[in-house]
Order: sequence, then structure tokens, then C-alpha cells
Amino acid sequence: MTVRLAIPALILLAVAAIPFAAPSLQLLMNLALAKGIAVVGVTVLLRAGQVSFGHALFFAIAAYAAAFLSASMPGADLVLVLVVAVAGAAISGVLVGLFVVRYRGIFFGMLNLAFSMIFWSILEKFYHYTGGADGIRLPRPTVFGMALERGPFELIMFYLSLALVILLGWFTVRWFASPSGQLFQTIKTNETRLQYLGVSPQRALLTGYVLSAALCGVGGVIMGIVQGVVTPEFAWWIRSGEMVFIAVLGGAGSVAGAFVGAAIYEIVRTYASAFAGDIWQMLLGGFLLVIVIFAPKGVIGIYDATLARLTGTRANDGETRK
Amino acid sequence: MSEILLEARNLQIRFGGVIAADNVSLTIERGKNMAIIGPNGAGKTTFLNICTGWLKPAKGTVLFEGRDVTSLAPRRIVRLGVARAFQIPQLFTEHTALENLLISVSARERLRHPLQDMHTIRQRGEMLHLLDMVGCADVADRPVVELSEGQRKLIDIAVALALKPKLLLMDEPTSGVASSEKFKIMEILVKALAEAKVTSVFVEHDMGIVSRYADEVAVWAAGNVQMRGSPEEILQHPDVIRDVIGEAV
Repeated sequence: MTVRLAIPALILLAVAAIPFAAPSLQLLMNLALAKGIAVVGVTVLLRAGQVSFGHALFFAIAAYAAAFLSASMPGADLVLVLVVAVAGAAISGVLVGLFVVRYRGIFFGMLNLAFSMIFWSILEKFYHYTGGADGIRLPRPTVFGMALERGPFELIMFYLSLALVILLGWFTVRWFASPSGQLFQTIKTNETRLQYLGVSPQRALLTGYVLSAALCGVGGVIMGIVQGVVTPEFAWWIRSGEMVFIAVLGGAGSVAGAFVGAAIYEIVRTYASAFAGDIWQMLLGGFLLVIVIFAPKGVIGIYDATLARLTGTRANDGETRK
Repeated sequence: MSEILLEARNLQIRFGGVIAADNVSLTIERGKNMAIIGPNGAGKTTFLNICTGWLKPAKGTVLFEGRDVTSLAPRRIVRLGVARAFQIPQLFTEHTALENLLISVSARERLRHPLQDMHTIRQRGEMLHLLDMVGCADVADRPVVELSEGQRKLIDIAVALALKPKLLLMDEPTSGVASSEKFKIMEILVKALAEAKVTSVFVEHDMGIVSRYADEVAVWAAGNVQMRGSPEEILQHPDVIRDVIGEAV
């Protein structure tokens, strides 16, 4: 039990030390944290047995909402930018959700993809508003009225991201265990029974869908602010696919797995592309193949099994069962 | 004076060339256990499907406590107090027996708090009692996929009872269960229904069960109710013996 908590705590401490111990990794890790939060959004839907191939939509909506706000309100506060961006993603989640929650499986996945591609083409074509393929700049927001230099601002963004990772990760795990989260997850196993409990499966799925959209929005707005520019690539289908990839890599359905997966993915991507040139995708592909075949519970599954063997206790699902 | 809980009036539905409900009318009185018997394909399950809103009849109406529920969705009818157990148990297969009941009661009470652990809800004791009532207290923490068919059937019924329904419709509660277990299950069930004061309708093929546990019997054939009456009366009737029970007269 103590080991179970000690190792994640040590990892979090190590991540928190990065800006001082390994400043060269700070930006990389900040992007991984942002991506990790978005992947938690995809993970939420996996818990209901649904895969979305279009969640980059909400990632992009939040990022563009932040950019438009900053453009029309120069020097807008960071908190305001975050709130508006995430609200944008959540509201879009309701609107798109009302439509897609009527579908399941491949139709659900493809409809999400369709919505994200429509948004992508709007971003590309409405050049005068969106800057087209070049995107738009997202100037640094002020922090409680102060316009900060690049260094301190990036430091604040890093720790804010880490705090959000902890807060949102904790919230999502708790929600999974709550009555409403449990009803949501039964969509995976028995919708007939769910209806005969007097519950609308569409409504239950919509609840989780909006949460997943909001989480993707948080990831997207952090990514946009940290990079300082938002482009249609934020909504591109490869970005959506990447989120599903990371979710499976880390451990399908696991919140911790989403962050571990995102960190591994970003590190491999950065270093493999530096050292192994064009074959980094092949390395990741091979790695995913090994995971799917030999460790379907992902990196987190391997971690749980190893820990169980070392401490001699039975492996459990950790997040679902107590 | 007995009170009518559910009333079906002139229900009609057909699937292609098969008439599954041919002008079915039936009343169900509060507090009674009614058995529905009849050969396969006579329209018994179709009747349950129409009463719970799963199928919409081409003609006719279903009244529950005097209110027309014909066009309502199943979940709305459930909210009015009609619960259902299935021939093939409809459970949440990634959850334990107790969790299945906790999910059911969470739906009943519309629990929404996003940070409350489902295992700590106030109704947990009530659900443990219900599991005990159907004789499954010892398997509360086992995943339902590991349980026997008989236990799954009982949990399916408990999930329905957790909603505190006024009327419980059961489709062959003892099918797929070893014959030595059937009476045990019905014994548990009838006691649980009486304790919860639930009116019930159950489709059944075992005449031993029908004669012992039903207050009333309705005989289905070719999409319609051929006869209804007390078990003694119905089970002795030559037509029923010939067509339903299947013994030579």
C-alpha cells in the first residue's frame, strides 16, 4: 500500500524538480502534461467502451478560443483565458455530444472524426479569421494583472499544468467511482438494463462526453499558451489518433496511464526523431504492437503486475475497485 | 374490492406474417402474482415488451394506474413503477453482485454527487439486505460473471426490486436453472415479493411452479389470451392440458 502511493509521489516530485534539475526538459514535459490531460478525456470515453477518433476537435476549440480572446482583449488574464477556453470546449461538447451519443462503436468513432475534420477545414479555409494553415498567435496572457517575461511565465505554466494534472486526475478517478460515473461506465456492458433502470443511456453518455471534451479543452489551451501559436494542426485527425494511441499505450481506461503514456510518447518522439531520424514512428508502432499483444493493460498494467510480484500482493484495478 | 394496477386494451402487433398480439386485453390486480403460460411463440414475451414500452403496439393501449403509457419510452415507464427481470439476466458484467444493486439504487435515487464513492452511499445497507433476501449475500463481492445462472437470475430480479417497483414483470424466472433449484428460487422470490409488497407477472413453463406460486393464471395462444382464472381451474382444463401442458387427454 505504501509502495503503491510512494512511487507515484516520487515520480510527481521528480517531475516538479525538472525546471531546476533539468531545464532542457521543461518544455517537453509541459507539452506531455498538456497532452496527458487531453488523453484523460479520451480515457473517460474508453471506460464506456467508446473510442473517439476526433477529440482533437475540443483540443483545438479551446486553443482557438484562447487565441481569439487574447486577440480581442490584449493582456487578458491567464485565469480568464483558461476559463473561457475550457467553457468553449465544454459547450461544444454538449452540442456535438447531443448528436454523437446516439451512436456506438465505429459510428461513434467516425462521427467524431467527421466533426473534427469539418472544424479543421473551417480553420484552414476561413483564412481572414483563422489565419489559415499558419494559424494565429496566442500572446502570453497576464498573470493576475502582471505581464511576465518568458522565463517566469513558462515556470508558472509548468507548475499550473502539474497542479491541473493532479487535480483533474484526482477528480476523474473519483468520478469513475461515483454513482454517476458508474452509470456512465455501464454503457460498455449493458444498455438494455440501463434503460430498465429508468436511465437514458444517451444522457449518461453525454455526461461523460462533456467531461471528456472539457478535459481535452484543458489540454488544448495549455498547449496553445505554451507554444504561443495555434494552428489547424491542433484539430488534425492525426492528433486525435495520437490521443487514442497514448491512451492504449499507457493503459486503456487508466487515468495514471494517460499521463505515463503521454510522457513516454513525448520522450520517445523527441529523442527518437533526433537519433533515429525517420524511423521513430516505427519504433512507437512496434512498441504499441508489443503492448497490445503482451500487455493489453498498457504500461500501467505492467507496473501493477510488477509491483504485485515484488510485494507479493494480488494485482487489482486500483482505480475501479477498492 | 381489488384495484387494477395494469390494464392492456386490445393490443395488436405483428412481425411480418406472425401476429404476436391479436387484440390482447388483460388486467392485472394489485397485490397478486399472475403467471402467464402458453406454448413458445404465443406472444408472451411480446406482451411484456409492449407493457414496458420496448415495443409499440400497432393498436391498443396500456394503462398503468389508469395512466396511458403506450407511447412512453421504457425508462419513463420504469420511473412510474414497472420493473423487469429477463429470461437471460441483464446485468453489468464488469461489476460485482452488490455493485449491480448499488448502480440500480443510484439510478432510482438519481444520485449525482461526482465525488461520492458509490460504495459509501446511504442505501448500501438496504441493498445488502435485498441481496440477503434473494439468498445471494454470500456472493455480494464476486463479479457476476463468475456466478451460476440461478444466482444471476436472482440478482437480475434483485436489481429490478432495488427500484422499489409497484409491478415486477419476470420472463421465465426459473428457466435455465437446474430443476432441483427451481422451487428453492421461487420460494425465495415469492417471499421477497411479499416482503416488498410488489405485484408480479411471470412467464413460466413449469406447471408445478405455476400451481404452487401463482394466484392467477393467464393462458396465451396464437397471440391472444385464451383463458384466465385460478391455477386449479386453469390447469385442469382439457384444452390447456392438450395445448400447453402437452399431455394426452
